[in-house]
Amino acid sequence: MSTTAELLKGAAELFPDEVVTQAHVRHFDLPFGAGRFALITLDNGLDHTKPTTFGPQSLANLDAAIDQVERDSAAGEIVGVGITGKPFIFAVGADLKGVELLKKHDDALAIGKGGHEVFKRLAALAVPTFAYYNGAAMGGGVEVGLHCKYRTVSKAIPAFSLPEVFLGLVPGWGGCALLPNLIGADKAVSVIIENSLNQNKQLKGQQVYDLGIADAIFEGADFLEQSLLWTASVLKGEIVVDRPVIDRGEAWDQAVAKGRFIADSKVHGAAPAAYRALDIIARAKNGDLQQGYDAEDVALADLIMGGELRAGIYAFNLVQKRGKRPAGAPDKNLARPVTKVGVVGAGLMASQLALLFLRRLEVPVVLTDIDQERVDKGVGYVHAEIDKLLGKGRINQDKANRLKALVTGVLDKAEGFSDADFVIEAVFEEIGVKQQVFAEVEAVAPAHAIFATNTSSLSVSEMASKLKNPERVVGFHFFNPVAVLPLLEIVRGEQTDDASLATAFAVAKKLKKTAVLVKDAPAFVVNRILTRFMGEIQNVIDEGTPVDVAEKAVEPLGLPMSPLVLLELVGPAIGLHVSETLNKAFPDRFTVSPNLKSVVEAGKRGFYVYDSGKPELDPEVAALLKQGDSVLTEDQVRARVLDAVAQEIGIMLDEGVVAEAQDIDLCLITGAGWPFHLGGITPYLDREGVSERVNGKKFLEPGVASVPA
Amino acid sequence: MPRTVRDVVFVDGVRTPFGKAGPKGIYHETRADDLVVKAIRELLRRNPGLDPKKVDEVAIAATTQIGDQGLTIGRTAGILAGLPQSVPGYSIDRMCAGALTAVTTTAGSIAFGAYDAVIAGGVEHMGRHPMGEGVDPNPRFVSEKLVDESALFMGMTAENLHDRYPHITKQRADEYAVRSQEKAAKAYANGKIQADLVPISVRRTNEEAGETGWGLVTADEPMRPGTTLENLAGLKTPFRVHGRVTAGNAAGLNDGATASIIASEDFARENNLPVKMRLVSYAFAGVEPEVMGYGPIPATEKALAKAGLSIEDINLFEINEAFAVQVLAFLDHYGIADDDARVNQYGGAIAYGHPLASSGVRLMTQLARQFEEQPHVRYGLTTMCVGFGMGATVIWENPNFEGEK
Repeated sequence: MSTTAELLKGAAELFPDEVVTQAHVRHFDLPFGAGRFALITLDNGLDHTKPTTFGPQSLANLDAAIDQVERDSAAGEIVGVGITGKPFIFAVGADLKGVELLKKHDDALAIGKGGHEVFKRLAALAVPTFAYYNGAAMGGGVEVGLHCKYRTVSKAIPAFSLPEVFLGLVPGWGGCALLPNLIGADKAVSVIIENSLNQNKQLKGQQVYDLGIADAIFEGADFLEQSLLWTASVLKGEIVVDRPVIDRGEAWDQAVAKGRFIADSKVHGAAPAAYRALDIIARAKNGDLQQGYDAEDVALADLIMGGELRAGIYAFNLVQKRGKRPAGAPDKNLARPVTKVGVVGAGLMASQLALLFLRRLEVPVVLTDIDQERVDKGVGYVHAEIDKLLGKGRINQDKANRLKALVTGVLDKAEGFSDADFVIEAVFEEIGVKQQVFAEVEAVAPAHAIFATNTSSLSVSEMASKLKNPERVVGFHFFNPVAVLPLLEIVRGEQTDDASLATAFAVAKKLKKTAVLVKDAPAFVVNRILTRFMGEIQNVIDEGTPVDVAEKAVEPLGLPMSPLVLLELVGPAIGLHVSETLNKAFPDRFTVSPNLKSVVEAGKRGFYVYDSGKPELDPEVAALLKQGDSVLTEDQVRARVLDAVAQEIGIMLDEGVVAEAQDIDLCLITGAGWPFHLGGITPYLDREGVSERVNGKKFLEPGVASVPA
Repeated sequence: MPRTVRDVVFVDGVRTPFGKAGPKGIYHETRADDLVVKAIRELLRRNPGLDPKKVDEVAIAATTQIGDQGLTIGRTAGILAGLPQSVPGYSIDRMCAGALTAVTTTAGSIAFGAYDAVIAGGVEHMGRHPMGEGVDPNPRFVSEKLVDESALFMGMTAENLHDRYPHITKQRADEYAVRSQEKAAKAYANGKIQADLVPISVRRTNEEAGETGWGLVTADEPMRPGTTLENLAGLKTPFRVHGRVTAGNAAGLNDGATASIIASEDFARENNLPVKMRLVSYAFAGVEPEVMGYGPIPATEKALAKAGLSIEDINLFEINEAFAVQVLAFLDHYGIADDDARVNQYGGAIAYGHPLASSGVRLMTQLARQFEEQPHVRYGLTTMCVGFGMGATVIWENPNFEGEK
């Protein structure tokens, strides 16, 4: 047994549940008398909904397939070797479940080395090798193809990427070393760094070809046939593949510098993966592949044993799995059909909701408001947004006509809602107003209709309390911008029944939102944590810490924006309102900042001016600030803020606001854009020791979002 | 409105390699529609002069029009092949003469002026759609003795034909079959067949059928070069005890697809498309269903009469070899020797296989090659027998003809 085989056998023992990919070898004659060919097919034996991955046993199978073609090649029986995938899938890289199980640096190193050792053998074969990217290709799937001499790609491929940096890894089976040497550092940085950090953007077949990753592109209908005909022509010398010369001069360094700039602007140095990948790309300039592979092995092992990757995988699984099967949701068979939607209010939020329901449910949507002008404005907004979609080519004229015909506005609720199955309100945040609205709707709507409220801070139970049928009310809390942020907090009031809740979850799924079940507690999840977080920042500023120190203190978290920039985006007045609400509920922990109050009273909409191109504290705001004399360092500020957040989450879990810490993290990722490398926040709080300091215990069991014990 | 009948030509034809139906066959895990789609795409690649927008019709034949051969396969195959949505399509069924009928029906429309250029072809995946799948014959056929019970079983109709012509012995049928295999092997060796084949990628997951994974098919699977009389003598006669029809002197059960471009001659010339054959006449005829193999004779009589030609004018024959006895009955009728050099020069369906509704265009593609090589020949014909007692014949003129007209 070769050392590679032994290495993989050892790794396979650590991962008994691997979904094993077979590497089938089939021989046939190429057309035009080009000779006998061996084609390796990667196939896990399942349909296209279960993409092919590489775990240790899968790599061992590929290793064995290469043994066979190596023998064929040595015996002069074949003129070339190809590799392709099962229908619709080439291969989507390493099996993450196997990575999660790794506990030791040496085992992690073995995974990197194992992949390299197997893939390198493809490059070392005595006959030319060809990769045919027939379907989805990611990570190690892309990399196995990079080790081949030639590549073709299908025009029909929807997804091609090196997503490792997105998850917290580096392309570590040759991607960092090979890709810049194939297509140049600039394009490689785009694929490895920029796309990954841009919400894991995928390339389509045409882009793969245009970037120079593939040497030929063919349509999906007869992709493999045309690839093999092309192969025959290459082998016969009728087609000569001519790749552009790589610029190994200053352009290379500039590309790496560009990559660092992108990484800084996205993760602010808080997650190591992008920087490790860039280090390897920088070194790949000399074209020494083995040196690059060695660096990949070390980076991969370090990252696998680091918290950011574990948090990244945890976050990925939350979004992909828990986000699709919400914890605590009732039996979906209880859900009632929704064939018409009513929206109370025709303001901006209500109009955005109307548009979303219209586009996703494609059922009649009726807006109501207190005067015709507002109703017309609401419908007009929806029509204008539909026209924008039409203009961008996102929908065609027929669909635009259909959607426009489905949205109407009326003044009379009886006329609008008498046959509505689902009515959502987005009126002024005042409990009396909302109770009044629901009472009016109940008088005219069918008995089975669900009433949803988009309240961000009021009690759903209280809102329902005066109705004849309070069990039909659910909270349906969206996040702004509604079209962008995936989170929907679904709030169960004290009397909400299972059928209403099930209907709410069914509607959320059709809206393509990530639904999380939340107890009827003040400000629910995201706003409560963000307000506590912001409140602590404001506290330290009020007590005397300079604004810039307070802002910089949380930079190492790599949040999408600084606290005060976020407050600007939300609007200081709304931020103040939420803090007042929470202050009423929990006066011991939530304060109302006098400085924020004076900023709002002065009518300021933000804290910064951007005249110089960079945010600078608005002198008018600076003049308003009244600060104490307690000046903290960045470290002290960060500790206070994180302690506050950990305390609040601990209390929320004790109160049963959500089922588990996982739901808190899912909310923060999908509702506040908190990064994957923090795993939302609880993996980070555990890792940094904050949880134990504040609550005496970790939020998550070891191994859930960290290296298993 | 005054009309002029227009000359119709066979521009080009291609086919997939033919496979053996069944779990070990090369196409067992390949869809029927994919086969015909790939044939259409190859045809378009080979004829860049034909702007896909100018294709007026896609006529695809299949005998069993369900599953991947259903859903109006002429239309769906057009879309799957990447033809513009503006190109219409439809399905055709005349059992074995499906593709032949796709050609003649569209050719008639071209002559009439309804179309300028069409794609006509056929497909049959007899592995996925065994003969007789889903049929529901009217009980009156039997109760009123409209047809003999054997009429539905093609092998039995071939035995019936042997009964009618006792001088066509099993020995003669086997000798004919051996020659068909020899001629096919020679045609392959001389590269006469491969140029019109579309390579097909095929997936195999069943280890019992051979190496698994993706492969590429570039040759016909059913061929048995080197077949001898001795080999054939011992074969079973599955349709009748002590019968004469065997797997060796009949076409097998096969999978495959064909496609051709048929156009008005003016259109072909204006668009610099090849003109491989010019349509002279076509005819279909019915016979007693229980001797369906007799069908080509009356069909040919009609086609010759319409063309004002006699059998002596025909110097190349492409006869579908559903059964050797059916070819021999035809040859005997016209006094042509069993081994006449003008007949099935490249061998026939006994060697290549006969995926029912696709075969007609295979005959044409082979006749077109022979026309190219033999400019001294002016006329040739393609003919086949058809289930339920029919025959189909198309007479073609060689545009390369160099003799005196």
